[in-house]
Amino acid sequence: MSENLDTILQIAGSTLRLATPLLFAALGGLISERAGVVNIALEGLMLVGAFVAAAVAYATHSPVAGAGAAMLAGGLFASFYALFVVKLRADQIVAGTAINMLAAGVTPFLCKIFFQSTSSSAALPMDSRFVSAPLYGAWIFVIAVAFGLGFTPWGAWVRFAGEHPEALDSAGVRVNRVRWMAVILSGFLAGLGGATLSIFLSSSFSRNMTSGRGFMALAALIFGKWRPWPTAFACLLFGLADAFQIRLQGVVLWGSDPVPVQFIQILPYFVTILVLAGVMGGSRAPKALGQPFLKH
Amino acid sequence: MIELKALRKVFGAVVANADVSLKIERGSIHAIIGENGAGKSTAMKMLYGIYPPDSGEIFVEGRLCHWRSPRDAIAAGIGMVHQHFMLAAPYSVFENIVLGVEPLWPAQRQAMREKIKALSAQYGLAVDLDAKIEDLPVGIQQRVEILKLLYQNARILIFDEPTAVLTPQEARNLFANLKKLKSEGKTCILITHKLKEVMEASDQVTIFRAGAVVGEVKTSETSVDELASLMVGRKVSLRAERGAFEAKNVAGGGSKETGPVLRVKNLSLKSSLRDLSFEIAPGEIVGIAGIEGNGQSELLQVLLHPKEYHKKMSGEVSWLGVPSLSGSKTLSNSEIRALGVGCVPEDRHQEAVLLKRPALESFLLGFQRRSRFKKSVFIDSSRLAQAAAEAFESFDIRPRDPALEMSKFSGGNQQKLVIAREFEFSPRALIAAHPTRGVDVGAIEFIHAQILKARAKGLGVLLVSSELDEILALSDRVLVIYEGRIVGEFKHEEFSTGQVTEMDLGRCMTGVAK
Amino acid sequence: MRDSVWKILRFLRPLIAVSAGLAAGLLVTALAGENPLHVLAILGRSAFGSRYDFGMTLFYATPLIFTGLSVALAFHAGLFNIGAEGQLTLGALAAATVGICFPGVPAVIAPFLAGLAAFAAGALWGAIPGWLRARRGSHEVINTIMMNFIAVGLSSWVTLYLLKNPDSQNPETQAVAPSYLIKHLDFFGDAPLSIALFVALAAVVAIWIFLSKSTRGFELRSVGQSEGAARAAGISVGRMQILAMALAGGLAGLVGVSEVLGNATRFKVGFSPEYGFMGIAVALLGRSRPLGVLGAALLFGALHKGTADLDMETENITRDLSLILQGLVILSVAADGLWAWLDRRRSP
Repeated sequence: MSENLDTILQIAGSTLRLATPLLFAALGGLISERAGVVNIALEGLMLVGAFVAAAVAYATHSPVAGAGAAMLAGGLFASFYALFVVKLRADQIVAGTAINMLAAGVTPFLCKIFFQSTSSSAALPMDSRFVSAPLYGAWIFVIAVAFGLGFTPWGAWVRFAGEHPEALDSAGVRVNRVRWMAVILSGFLAGLGGATLSIFLSSSFSRNMTSGRGFMALAALIFGKWRPWPTAFACLLFGLADAFQIRLQGVVLWGSDPVPVQFIQILPYFVTILVLAGVMGGSRAPKALGQPFLKH
Repeated sequence: MIELKALRKVFGAVVANADVSLKIERGSIHAIIGENGAGKSTAMKMLYGIYPPDSGEIFVEGRLCHWRSPRDAIAAGIGMVHQHFMLAAPYSVFENIVLGVEPLWPAQRQAMREKIKALSAQYGLAVDLDAKIEDLPVGIQQRVEILKLLYQNARILIFDEPTAVLTPQEARNLFANLKKLKSEGKTCILITHKLKEVMEASDQVTIFRAGAVVGEVKTSETSVDELASLMVGRKVSLRAERGAFEAKNVAGGGSKETGPVLRVKNLSLKSSLRDLSFEIAPGEIVGIAGIEGNGQSELLQVLLHPKEYHKKMSGEVSWLGVPSLSGSKTLSNSEIRALGVGCVPEDRHQEAVLLKRPALESFLLGFQRRSRFKKSVFIDSSRLAQAAAEAFESFDIRPRDPALEMSKFSGGNQQKLVIAREFEFSPRALIAAHPTRGVDVGAIEFIHAQILKARAKGLGVLLVSSELDEILALSDRVLVIYEGRIVGEFKHEEFSTGQVTEMDLGRCMTGVAK
Repeated sequence: MRDSVWKILRFLRPLIAVSAGLAAGLLVTALAGENPLHVLAILGRSAFGSRYDFGMTLFYATPLIFTGLSVALAFHAGLFNIGAEGQLTLGALAAATVGICFPGVPAVIAPFLAGLAAFAAGALWGAIPGWLRARRGSHEVINTIMMNFIAVGLSSWVTLYLLKNPDSQNPETQAVAPSYLIKHLDFFGDAPLSIALFVALAAVVAIWIFLSKSTRGFELRSVGQSEGAARAAGISVGRMQILAMALAGGLAGLVGVSEVLGNATRFKVGFSPEYGFMGIAVALLGRSRPLGVLGAALLFGALHKGTADLDMETENITRDLSLILQGLVILSVAADGLWAWLDRRRSP
């Protein structure tokens, strides 16, 4: 009985932990998409955040400095993305994919320079890692984003930028400036999400360590219908799938052998596909999502 | 007072405004009329700061103005009610009105609400500030748009085709609002091509033709006929001449069909269509009149794509005697088209053509599986090119270049191509949805003639249009649709003899009475 | 005069974009402390320096032709296939599986059989996200990425549990029967280039004919141009999307031919240096036209060969430079607004 309870508590705990990177990234994606910019680049922004956090935390022995640097790096990368999609009106999905490739190339490149290895950074000692701060931090951000979007002028501008940019423009607010800010903000958050991967959930950066989480964050956002709270709960769902995945490794479910680890590892991806396929009707993307704003 | 002096604007090779000069008195309702492409919108967009003029000057209240963007014009007290409202559907009236300068704390919010309420009382523009835009009827949305401009302290209000989306009743309401605005000292500019409205609402009229001002008259001293001939530059018949297109007067006229072309019985679709029953006989044009959003789109979709909807609908439909929906049996769209049902879709850009491809491909679209255009699994490009060349000639599609990208053609020529395509394989039935939307006057006449010719050849035609004039001019029978129900049926004779008026129809369209 | 210069410039856009991307990439190498000219020299020499080197370039270009066509075909139907990586993984696995399980098949048909299996497996892996998009409306970009991860899991399970090579510590399958192996092109020396290159060229021609000449290809393109217009014309949009993704997946699956039958003789987990993602850059640079894809695949083949050697010949530069270059090239191709801006400045 108590063993069962223990198991449940453990799974609940690791669900919360594993959901944090998704939460940050999904909130970032939410801001950008509500402003009308598709953010496939989340994956790459997270990866950059993960590397920078590990490197800076390693050098300074301060997880806070690491997270701050990751945030800035995410923002910097995101502003590069914004340059292309907002200013130069590149196709958002194509440019996002390019940013992801860039991040996948730049991070091992830098890793080699700093740590003499393309596959991972040096292990971080305990004092350079977060113990639990991101766990609460993520939820504080959920509250902040929900409040900011719903009740501040800036939130209203973001929402109008994604829903009816011409109306916002004619009200005297520069749409593309709002979109720039939204994309950069999403870079901050995605960078933080990446930081939680390398200096909270594990103790080093490793190559391609985001392994699709940026895309899962996007799926969570779609499943959450572009609203903060439902998106947060969708992140928990994916966190749960991840927690199960880890929990089930090496467990014998039937017969005499444990379930092959390969089957268990694909569980979160499988859940993502199922969840996306389950979203039907009622879900309305921001109307101007994916359309560059061009003044006459 | 507003004065435009010698404005000139050129887009590529097109001179949109050659030398436009006009004056608009303060506190008047001034109508700007002209055909599509006559340059009236361009001139007003320059006044509103959307385009900078290539040369010429704009004076507002005596001051020379250089707008960098509409923002400057708005700051100077000019507002514009666009055809597509500048309102975000999922958000509240209040949020839409205060956009740009949102309240930061409750007291501020309260003050803003009071200000809006005072304005709405002063101008008789009642509206619920907390309602979501998407829940409001179009007429009220327009009211929100006006209120928003007043809130931004607009003194000059430009209305771009404001009645295009309104019922006759809502239009009356709008005109009453305009008079109220005028009496409070505001200047209203009305861009329109509906001459009756000009007569009804305006004080002064400026007429545009081919990028220039060709006339300026006091409304009280002119007539619809004079305006029409000024606008087009020749005498026009405002009503299509049905007589010229009676079966006996058209080569190959007369019907070969026997049964009804379309038979609809007890058709229902969730909450959008309720128990519709009607028939279309060969050689008959049946017009569906109604305010947009009362089930017209759904009706077209269901008639054309029963397979996609069959789980949600009930009733029976047959095309040319073949059941396309009965019980669980449905036909696919391609099967229906293969029966000989032609269709001019509702939204030309979204549903009828491939804008970024050569016109030839749009001409082929929908008929690519016909044996005439096929050589085993390939497209027979030589036959296609020949057919297209002939169609371009006989339907006078300009420029005569089927290899040109579709988007380079004007709206009228795109629509002509769509109609040419649908007539290429001699259909037996035709659905024409908003066939003249966004099309210039010359092309309108041509398209109406084609539809009447089709009728003379025995086609049954289902005509859906939001232009009441068009419905009345063409239809043998008019069905009025309201909230998914047919609430009225009128015969052509009842209009032509004046037994039923447009206002009667308008009341019917708003569900007030038969 | 200026007009004709401008026309030539427009025509050369892709080349300009590549040059811009390359220049930015070399700048990165400068930041890493290498002499960019030196890097450029190594790149050129290692891609074209000898028969062997050029053979290697073509060897890398072959799978890129397949994946580039794959992405391009999906683009024509209005879909973005980021799943070529997963599709080619399963294609290669299927080719290997057939080659291991049916050793008795005569050499005349064996490669065809394996090729067919590769195509079918890739097609299935593409059709699933196609179906999900068409019938459930879920975005193919997310789903194809997820399918990539699932493909990794699935293929390594098959490799390790069902077809493991008992003589090796590496995660790889047994070798396929010799009758399945296809002809090596000896002209290029030791470069593992096989007649799979000609299969790729044939695919270029086939896709060109399909897209520009066939009725079905026209329907597929119509869906990509305008779903609404295609639907109103009686074309089943969903079926076309599934077809496009299946074909795209099949094309990517054919990488199994060049890899398993032409090179490794077996399936090795992680054999692909992300050919699937490079296919995106190839398709974009080739403007989704089959011939363009061919040219872009050669270019990226050369880049890949070049950067692989950089790994060995320089201190700090790794083959990851290739990814950076791809990203930069895609960005410079995709920056439409830049060209529009130049156009506007030209015609005031």
